[in-house]
Parts: sequence; structure tokens; C-alpha cells
Amino acid sequence: MAGKPKLYYFDGRGKMESIRWLLAAAGVEFEEEFLETREQYEKLLQDGSLLFQQVPMVEIDGMKMVQTRAILSYIAAKYNLYGKDLKERALIDMYVGGTDDLMGFILIFPFLSAEDKEKQRAFIVEKATSRYFPAYEKVLKDHGQDFLVGNNFSWADVHLLEAILMVEEKKSDVLTGFPQLQAFKARISSIPTIKKFLQPGSQRKPVPDDKYVETVRRVLRMYYNVKAN
Amino acid sequence: MSGKPRLTYLNGRGRMEPVRWLLAAAGVEFEEIFLETREQYEKLIKDGVLMFQQVPLVEIDGMKMVQTRAILSYIAGKYNLYGKDLKERALIDMYVEGITDLMQMILVFPFSPPEAKEKNIDSIKERATNRYFPVFEKVLKQHGQDFLVGNKFSWADVQLIEAILAVEEKIPAVLSGFPQLQAFKKRMSNMPTIKKFLQPGSPRKPPPDECYVETVLKVFKK
Repeated sequence: MAGKPKLYYFDGRGKMESIRWLLAAAGVEFEEEFLETREQYEKLLQDGSLLFQQVPMVEIDGMKMVQTRAILSYIAAKYNLYGKDLKERALIDMYVGGTDDLMGFILIFPFLSAEDKEKQRAFIVEKATSRYFPAYEKVLKDHGQDFLVGNNFSWADVHLLEAILMVEEKKSDVLTGFPQLQAFKARISSIPTIKKFLQPGSQRKPVPDDKYVETVRRVLRMYYNVKAN
Repeated sequence: MSGKPRLTYLNGRGRMEPVRWLLAAAGVEFEEIFLETREQYEKLIKDGVLMFQQVPLVEIDGMKMVQTRAILSYIAGKYNLYGKDLKERALIDMYVEGITDLMQMILVFPFSPPEAKEKNIDSIKERATNRYFPVFEKVLKQHGQDFLVGNKFSWADVQLIEAILAVEEKIPAVLSGFPQLQAFKKRMSNMPTIKKFLQPGSPRKPPPDECYVETVLKVFKK
């Protein structure tokens, strides 16, 4: 039905998951069309719906938006999750850049060989605990506020929670030694819109499995091997 | 002590070059610190100025900014190169992100093994001529305006001219078949701030050479 954003992607996390998180956090209902066959993808290409021949694609406010970062920035600004001025936006962009890099290591994980997966898991945990988590722990400790930027809930908070949960799926006790982040996780998880998204039956997608990998490879004809970091 | 932005990076293009382009296009003078040794880099980390232990670092308006996209967005916003409203910003973001994907292939090129280089050039050519350039050719053709978005010079135009020139360095005839982009290239190159940046003696960095690659590996070795 018209009015709601419509997401075009595979039935799985991938690059679309951060968009689902942000829309959900903003309390925005959305529809989804899942790519299951090559034919569906080729039709989208032929229709000219994919500016750079890629998904994610989100139909929103009369636009067919592509490029995950562009989509997220638009949603953040539209729903007032992007700070109050240019400097707060700069901080949010910096913080999101970091969590994006961290989640990027996890994004490729399902596409790695079994042997590379173990190496990558260690790499993810190492980067999380020595580079990324300490940075956000310090931000929270230094200002003592509930949210990362400007004492106000923003895209940066949503993105960090998503990243924390994803890393925890790889190593459940990874937040040991990060008391601020533990408290942050509890706080942000209990925000009503986020709490709802974390419950079964929401549009949050599960950890990618072999079926997901198969679908992506088949639809995109992406049969090459992905390298670990 | 000046109020000029200060860039910390290696003495070469890498991830800092788009920042140099954008500041230059906006007519903003800046200073640069070049990382040449591992020790310099380790000192920056110890001093706690690199939020994620990485460069680029741009000190601007009292902030120590890292993350290239964040830096570029801030500069674009500050110097009115980000469109007039949310929808124009969305278009600029989409175009910039697409171009960045293309530039990523060029960014990693110097670090690929010699035997892979020819294949990589073919990939760059394929992507440029089949995926990215056709999009911008079409955008310019459809609205017939001088600039990509909102009939006004923006970050998207700067990013595109940078990319065109970078790809041409690898594939000189790459714009044949793209008349709009040829005209765009000429128009952008003649804009006073860009024309100045394209002249010898500007902060623009040359294409990466072996010495640059060596320095990167030395400074950032794990």
C-alpha cells in the first residue's frame, strides 16, 4: 500500500539490515519484496529501478533510492535521528563510519570457507575489542550521557546496538570489560520501538545461513570466493 | 596559528584525495602533515587523536575528524555543496556513493600483484563504461543542466570529475561514447577553483607510484 517505504532485497540481513533497524527504531512501518530468483533481479534491472544495478533499493517518498549509506542518511534526517546541527551530524557520521567498518567484517562472514570463518571470527573479535568498542566506551564514559551524541537518541545509537548484537553472536561474552557498553545495550534495547524490533515476529532477519548464501549467489551470479580480512 | 583545516595522511592520494579535491573546489586553503614513518603513526595513536587508529584525519573547526565520508559530508554541508534540501542531498549521496565504489577499485589497484594488474584495469574499464558512466551520462542528458543535482555545483560534481580523471589515467579513451561527460569534464575543469587545483604546484597529489606503496606498507605494517 502506498505511503510506506518498500525495501527490495534478499530475505536476509546483508546490507539491508541496518535500514530495517533504522526504520524500526524510528517507528516507521515498511514493506519488503524479497529477491528469490534471478528473473526477479533481471526484471528490476530492465525496469531501470536499480541506479547502479544493485540492491539494496528502497522506494521512499517517490524515490527509488540505492546505496545503503545514502538511504540511511535520508531516513536519519527525515526522522530526526541525525543530530541538531552540522557538528552533531559530523559526530554521528564518524561513529556510524566505525560501526559500519566493523559490521563490514561480519557481512562477508557467511560467504567465507569454513577455514576462513574461524580466522575471520578471531579477526572480528580482535577488532571489536581493541579498536571499536574502546572508542565508543570512551565516548560514553567521557560525557556520561545515555546516548552517543547530543544527549539525544540518534542513528549512531541504533547502529552501535546493531553492531554490538552482531558481534555478540560471534562471541557471546565480548562485552566483558566494557561496562558502559553493557549499560548502553540494556538502555537502547528497552526503547519501545527497538524492544519491539528485537521480539520474534518483527522484520529483523536471523543470522545468515547456507540457504541465504545460496540465494545471493544464485540471484547475483556471484560465484567467486570471498576473501577473509 | 591558522584556522585552516589540517590534513594528516601520507604524501599521496589514497583516501585523502577526495578531501583535497572538495576543499580545493570550495576554495578552502588547508595545511597538510605527511606520514612518512611508522613512529609518526604510532605517536598519533598514542596521543589518542585517531578515533579508530586510522587516517585520514582532518582537524577542522575544533574537531579531530576521521572516517572519510564523515569528513566529506561535513565539508560539503559547511560550504553549501550539499544541495538545498533533503531530497537533493539524497541524490548527491547516491551519486557520490556510486562514484566511491568505482574509486575504490582504483584505490586498491596499486596494491594488487603485478600479474593481476591487467585484469584489474579491465574490471575498472568494464565497471566505468557499463555501470557508472552511463548513469551520469543519462542524468546530464535528461535534465540538460550543467551540474548533476539541482542546477547547482555540488559535492557530486567534484567527486565525478575526480573519478573521470582518475579513470582516464588508466584508460585514456574511456570517455569516448560519453559526450555529456566529455562536456562535463571540460566545464568542471574550467571552474576557477578546480582549474587552480589542476595546475602544477597545487595540493593535488600525483598517481600512486612504487614509493608511495612502499611507504603505505611501511607505516601501516601490522
